[in-house]
Parts: sequence; C-alpha cells; structure tokens
Amino acid sequence: MPEHEAGGSLATPAHEVRDFLRRRREQIAQRWADEPLFRTVFTASRDEAVEAGKAVVDALARVADAQQVEDPDAAGFSAVREQLARMGAARSRAGLSNTQVSSELAALWPPAENLLVAESDQASPEELRAWSTTLSVLLGTLRLVAMQTALSETQSLIDRQRLQLLEVATPVIKLWDGIVAVPLIGTLDSARSQVVMETLLNAVVDQHARFAILDITGVPTVDSLVAQHLMKTVAAARLMGAECVVSGIRPAIAQTMVHLGLDLGTVKTRASLADALGHCLHELGTNIVNAAPDGAGRR
Amino acid sequence: MSEGLSRPAAGHVPVLGLGDVLLVTLQGDLYDSTAHRLQQDLAEAIARSRVTGVVIDISGVEIVDSFLGRVLAEIAAQAELLAARTVVAGMRPAVAVTLVELGLTLPGLRTALTTEAAMELLARPVVPPRSGGGREGGP
Amino acid sequence: MHTAAGVEARLPIRSDMDLVWVRQHVRQAAAQLGFGLVDQTKLVTAASELARNTLVHGGGGLMEATHVRAGGAEGLRLSFSDSGPGIPDLERALSDGYTSGGGLGMGLGGSRRLVHDFEVESTPGSGTTVRVTSWATRPPRQRGAV
Repeated sequence: MPEHEAGGSLATPAHEVRDFLRRRREQIAQRWADEPLFRTVFTASRDEAVEAGKAVVDALARVADAQQVEDPDAAGFSAVREQLARMGAARSRAGLSNTQVSSELAALWPPAENLLVAESDQASPEELRAWSTTLSVLLGTLRLVAMQTALSETQSLIDRQRLQLLEVATPVIKLWDGIVAVPLIGTLDSARSQVVMETLLNAVVDQHARFAILDITGVPTVDSLVAQHLMKTVAAARLMGAECVVSGIRPAIAQTMVHLGLDLGTVKTRASLADALGHCLHELGTNIVNAAPDGAGRR
Repeated sequence: MSEGLSRPAAGHVPVLGLGDVLLVTLQGDLYDSTAHRLQQDLAEAIARSRVTGVVIDISGVEIVDSFLGRVLAEIAAQAELLAARTVVAGMRPAVAVTLVELGLTLPGLRTALTTEAAMELLARPVVPPRSGGGREGGP
Repeated sequence: MHTAAGVEARLPIRSDMDLVWVRQHVRQAAAQLGFGLVDQTKLVTAASELARNTLVHGGGGLMEATHVRAGGAEGLRLSFSDSGPGIPDLERALSDGYTSGGGLGMGLGGSRRLVHDFEVESTPGSGTTVRVTSWATRPPRQRGAV
C-alpha cells in the first residue's frame, strides 16, 4: 500500500487495513459474493450479494478505524449485526451446524488476504505480516460477532418455542354447556400458571362458561406458590362472573397441604373431576339420575 | 319510570331503567369525576325509583384500577343499603387478572359473565347472603 | 426492529383528565412494543395507580415514558415524579393496606406487583420519583419474517 498517502508512514496496521478495505471495497465484495455464505443467502441477484458484502466491508473498515479490531462489541459492527443474524439463520435453516457456518465465515479471509498481498508487493515483509495479522484478527472478530448474534437468535427461538409449548400443554375441554375444564399436567411454575390462568379465563368468555374446573390430578406437588396461583385464578374467574372449582386433589397432596398449613381460602375443591362436574351440573340445575331403579340415585 | 333517570351530558354515564333493574353501561376510559358522579346519580336513582337491582356492564372497560374498583364496591354497598342488589357484568379476562394481581379481589361484589346473565341472577329468588351485611329480604 | 416514535413522551399530571392521557399513552406505547393484552393491561393499571399518587399525594407532576431494550427484549420504562411532600415511611407505603388518601390502599404495593422492575426514591419535603419497567414477554410478532 505504498505510493498513496505520503504522510501515512506512521499509520498503525489497523489504519492501513482500514485504508485497504476502503480502497478494495468493490473487489472484496465481488469475491465474497461468490463464497457460499453470500451466494446461498442472497439468491435474488448477484448484486444483492455484492451489496451485502460491501456492508460488511464498510463495518470492518469502521471497526479498524476505531482501532477496535479485537473488540466484538465495537460500535462499528452494529450496522451489520442484523444482516449477520439473517445470514446465520438462513444457513441454519439450510441444515448447517453452527460450526459449519463458522467455517463459512472463516472462508471470507483468504480472498481478502490475497488482495492484500497482491497490492502490497512493495511493502516490507514485516509490514505485510503486521497488516495481514490485523486483517485476520479483524475477520476473526467478525466471526465472533456473527456467532454471538446466532446464539442470541437461538435463545429467542427457544423462548418462543417454550411459550408455544406452554400454550399447547394447556388444553381446554368443554364438558357441558356452560362448563369447561382445564386439566393440568406437570409442574406449575410462574410462567406456566400465567398461561393457565389466561387460557382458562379466555375459555370462560369464549364458551360462556359459568363454571370452570381446574383439574390438578397431574400436578405432582402443591406448594405455597402453586396454592397461590390456584387462588388467583379462582379469584379472577369470580370477578368475571364464573365459578372455578379445583379438582383432583389426591390424598397425598391433601395431606401435604394440611401439613404445610396451606389454606386455599374460599376456593371450592373436589376430590375428582367427576365430583367437580357433578357439583357444577347441580348448580346449573341439571341433575344426573341413574337409570337403574336401584341405583345410587341423585347426587 | 325511566324519566329523569338518564341524563346524558358531558361527563355523564347514562342510567337506564329496565323494569326493576337499573342498567349502567361503562365504556372506554372514565374520568375520576365521571365515576364519582355516577356513584351519586345511582344512589339517587335507586332511592327514587325503588328498583331491586343494578347491573353495571363493564365489558367495554379496558382497565379497572383501585379507584374504579373502589367506586364499584361502594356503589354495591350503598345499593345494598337501599335494598337493591348490584351485579357487575362482563369484566374482561385481562382486567380480572390485573385486579387480582393488584390485590383487589372485591369479595363483596356480585359478578356475571354478561348483562343477560346478570339479569337472570337478579331474577332468581334472593339467597341469604353468606357473610353478614346487606338487607336482602324483599319488600 | 421497532422504532421508538410514539413510545417516548413526557406528560404532565395535573388533573384527572391527565390521568386519562397517561393511560392512553401507556396503552398505545405498550401495544406498539409488542406487549400482550394482559401485560398491556397490567402496565396501564400500574401507570394509572402511580399517576394518581403523583396527582393526589404529590400535588401533580410528570410522567416520562422511555423505550428500553435488553438482550433483544423490548421494554417500556415509566417514571413518575413530583415535588410534593415525599413519603416518610417507604416500607410502610409499599405494604398492602397502607393508604393516606382514601383509596383501597393498593397504590404502591399493588402496582409493584403489576410490573417487572420497581424503584422508588423519595426525599421527605422535596418529592418522590417512582420508576417502573416492564418487558414484552412475548417476542414481537414477526414469525416467518426472518
């Protein structure tokens, strides 16, 4: 990078790399556009891939300008974070592992390196080594940034799926006209009980249900937190004009609850879902009578 | 019997007479002063018309904070003193969740899913209240 | 990505009409940031409680709404400040049932349960600032838009 900038002899390797990136912006982007990472993500046109490549070159130049070649948090990267996330996501969708994406990112270095070497034939070997090292550190940092972004994307994907799972795991069953039931299976943490509460209350509105049964047969333990959630759900249903009955309190759970001194307050409880349904039907004025004359008769 | 009961004016909530019942429909976001005014208007209207029930439809209300919660509780309590039962109808799920989280479960308040359900509830024979207060017993 | 336009604001709290503006602004800002219906309702209710405190106990003041972001989550920070008499006993003011102005005593303690973060600074004689932050728990709806 010799002849231009006569006074630039004292420039740091980072600034030399910055100047190189700015000078060779077009060529680097052109070569990158042929690399799998860009070629397979930006499929609309080659120009699109070249533009995306230029955006990355610009970001690298900004980071080099700020002397932050080793800093993945450098402000210069912020402009391309979203683009990198999109590229990473597209490659993962195509079935690539994070490691594979990472090596595709690594493949961006040789083309840039070749250009640097080609134009630096008048530089001393020391200078060339310094620039080349800086460039490779800079691209390594870019790889780190891309991986960081990919990981946070993965995290948000997991969060999204977890939420969907919560919703799926909370079915609402219409048992009778005006009676809905929500069977709970598994542990009730705060996030889950929030979803349960909303699901139950929305079902009350949608089904015009005067009664909602929360069946906890499948809940392994009831601690004070779970008891509190149950009471909140019952209270909210009551405010809307529906009665919520908690059913499926197994003997062991009843024992623990008494042992722990847990009080469900005014919450109506029944041992089984059938008992709860019987209670609701009775309140609705619908009585189930056994057909057999010697049956147990009315509840 | 509805003459003079509804006075729609700025900052006023109309009160509608339907037989033995007064129907109030709250909509949107209320000024505190409007809620206060409604509380007074209702007391007068109940005393004047000798209705036995009040239905407050809040299905169009997006939030109930502790102020509006207190106004509703007070309306119910004062109606009770005037021998009328109050039913709050149509509270939205999000509002109910929020009130409970706020710590306001309004235990003394009668509630119903819809205004129709509230009317039905009022048409049913009076059940003696479980926990003291109120003078339900008919004329 | 979301823009902050329409989210950030400074609103005066001087009358019960201002309370309506505060609620409407918070509702609309929370909706814009992707808050679910229940989270919107909780935040608006908390804002209503706190704004009424500012009005009734602080003699009026200001609400400031700020868009905050952390780890890809969108949040809304609301700050209510007044230069009223301050709160002499914060701990007691935050406990349920405490009231000094004829409510149900749910104001501070209740609104704390409706938000994710809650901070109060109060200097007796020179005013109170309550800062609350809530986050949109559901990621903003942009499925398939990746």
